[in-house]
Amino acid sequence: MSAVSIKGVSKQFEAGVTALQGIDLDVEPGEFVSLIGPSGCGKSTLLRIIGDLTKPTAGTVQVNGKPADRARRDHEYGIVFQDAVLYDWRTVSKNISLPLELLHWNRSRRNARIKDMLELVELTGFESHHPWQLSGGMQQRVSIARALSFSPSLLLMDEPFGALDEMTRERLNAELLRIWQETGSTVVFVTHSISEAVFLSTRVVVMSVRPGQIAGLVDVDLEQPRTNATRESPRFFELVTQVREQLAAAGARLGETQEPALVEDQV
Amino acid sequence: MSAIAVEPSNRGIAGALPRAAARALLLVVGLAVLWGVWEGYRWLGIREHWTWPFKVNDTNMPHISKIWHAFGQPLQPDGPPLRHYLWHYAIFTGKEALAGFVLGAAIGFFLAVALSQSNMLRRGFLPYIVVSQTVPILAIAPMVVVGLGTKGVSPWVSVAVIAAYLTFFPVAINTLRGLLSPDPEALELMRSYAAGRWKILWRLRVPASLPYVFSALKISATASVIGAIIGETPASLQGGLGYAIVNFNQYYSIQPANLWATIIVCALLGIVFFLAVVALEHIVLKRAPENVA
Repeated sequence: MSAVSIKGVSKQFEAGVTALQGIDLDVEPGEFVSLIGPSGCGKSTLLRIIGDLTKPTAGTVQVNGKPADRARRDHEYGIVFQDAVLYDWRTVSKNISLPLELLHWNRSRRNARIKDMLELVELTGFESHHPWQLSGGMQQRVSIARALSFSPSLLLMDEPFGALDEMTRERLNAELLRIWQETGSTVVFVTHSISEAVFLSTRVVVMSVRPGQIAGLVDVDLEQPRTNATRESPRFFELVTQVREQLAAAGARLGETQEPALVEDQV
Repeated sequence: MSAIAVEPSNRGIAGALPRAAARALLLVVGLAVLWGVWEGYRWLGIREHWTWPFKVNDTNMPHISKIWHAFGQPLQPDGPPLRHYLWHYAIFTGKEALAGFVLGAAIGFFLAVALSQSNMLRRGFLPYIVVSQTVPILAIAPMVVVGLGTKGVSPWVSVAVIAAYLTFFPVAINTLRGLLSPDPEALELMRSYAAGRWKILWRLRVPASLPYVFSALKISATASVIGAIIGETPASLQGGLGYAIVNFNQYYSIQPANLWATIIVCALLGIVFFLAVVALEHIVLKRAPENVA
């Protein structure tokens, strides 16, 4: 059974803009799949369709064999956005605790899990800090801890490191890989950084714009665990080049003259 | 660990004492400046025979010392001093204002919660809420007093209702704005947890609205005092600051200091209400310093 199974998904917005057309994609359990493409290719929309945060106009999505809305109700996935979306009035612990409270976990079970999660994202000692006392990178780590707190098998990430500086981003990339391997979860990751997609993924899905379609798939055979040395390996550069060329080819098919996409991954 | 957690530093007693002293000093300096401006304007105005915007004389601008003195003067021969009356008037009006404030804040809050739940409700009802505030309170007040009076409600409750009428509006408008303030991703997050309307309301919308609520409560705190004072007039209610103002108005030409003293007490009552809300806000809200106005 696939972790995510997308069949013939299209999405049209009310204005008549076709955000996605004829998307077919299967993500196997334990995979780390990145969606990459130019702004407006609908990669964020596709992520939200998987999470049943928006409905496709046509096609079906299954998560762990269940229809997407059923899967959402069964808490099959955790989600991380570009902004950490932490609640200001809650401490780090309480933010991680939010989904657990909604799932009616009792206090001792919650506290044990919060402790584990803080260890996982290396934020032990910051449990009673408020979000505004943390740096952007730390906030995003809290957001990841919150998404994983109830042990969903699937993690959806929408450009989670897009707002961070390059150095923080690379460190969090490495951390995310460690977390992915420790938890054994499946990850669907939206990005517009080619090197990030290659470094993290087992498979990169290259998308084209207008309409958003899958332009190509790149299997990333870099060995695990990946380190800074991975980023300097010839194979890494080959794969980055491969993704870049596929993106360029997708763009060329559409013609470079057209105006930039107006629909900025809208929901 | 890259990031540095910013810890608010001036929490200790060592930091708190000089801060309190500085605040007290600032208050004293502020009052002194106010006194200087009043007396300076008075002195200049009388010497230069200013008549615009008003004639400066002992009636229009009594010495501050005279106003201060008035607090200690008996109203009737051998009666208790003015401050004794004003104290009781302030308690009386304060009670009405407090009841009105609580009532108005509750109505405003729950109205906002109801309106936050439906676009249609919002479009349908919001205009009427706005219209309610364009009607002069002086026209509404007698209706409330007479209307409730015939149902056997005691007059001070009617006055509280009038105060509530002024209170609920800012609370309703600001709370509504606060309830609608969470950004789409915060709502998507709740949706991803399959949280229902009710949970989204109490776990996200209401906490997010609290800074807005407190901004509104600060406005309402002073408005409720004004509402109570104004409400006493058509209610012909004796024993409050509104009554005192009407009463001392009649003797203004001979005893202006009494009215000025009453005005000062009214202002103090408003300040007490305001500070109470500020104190409550500090207890309830634990936010980023820039979010606590």
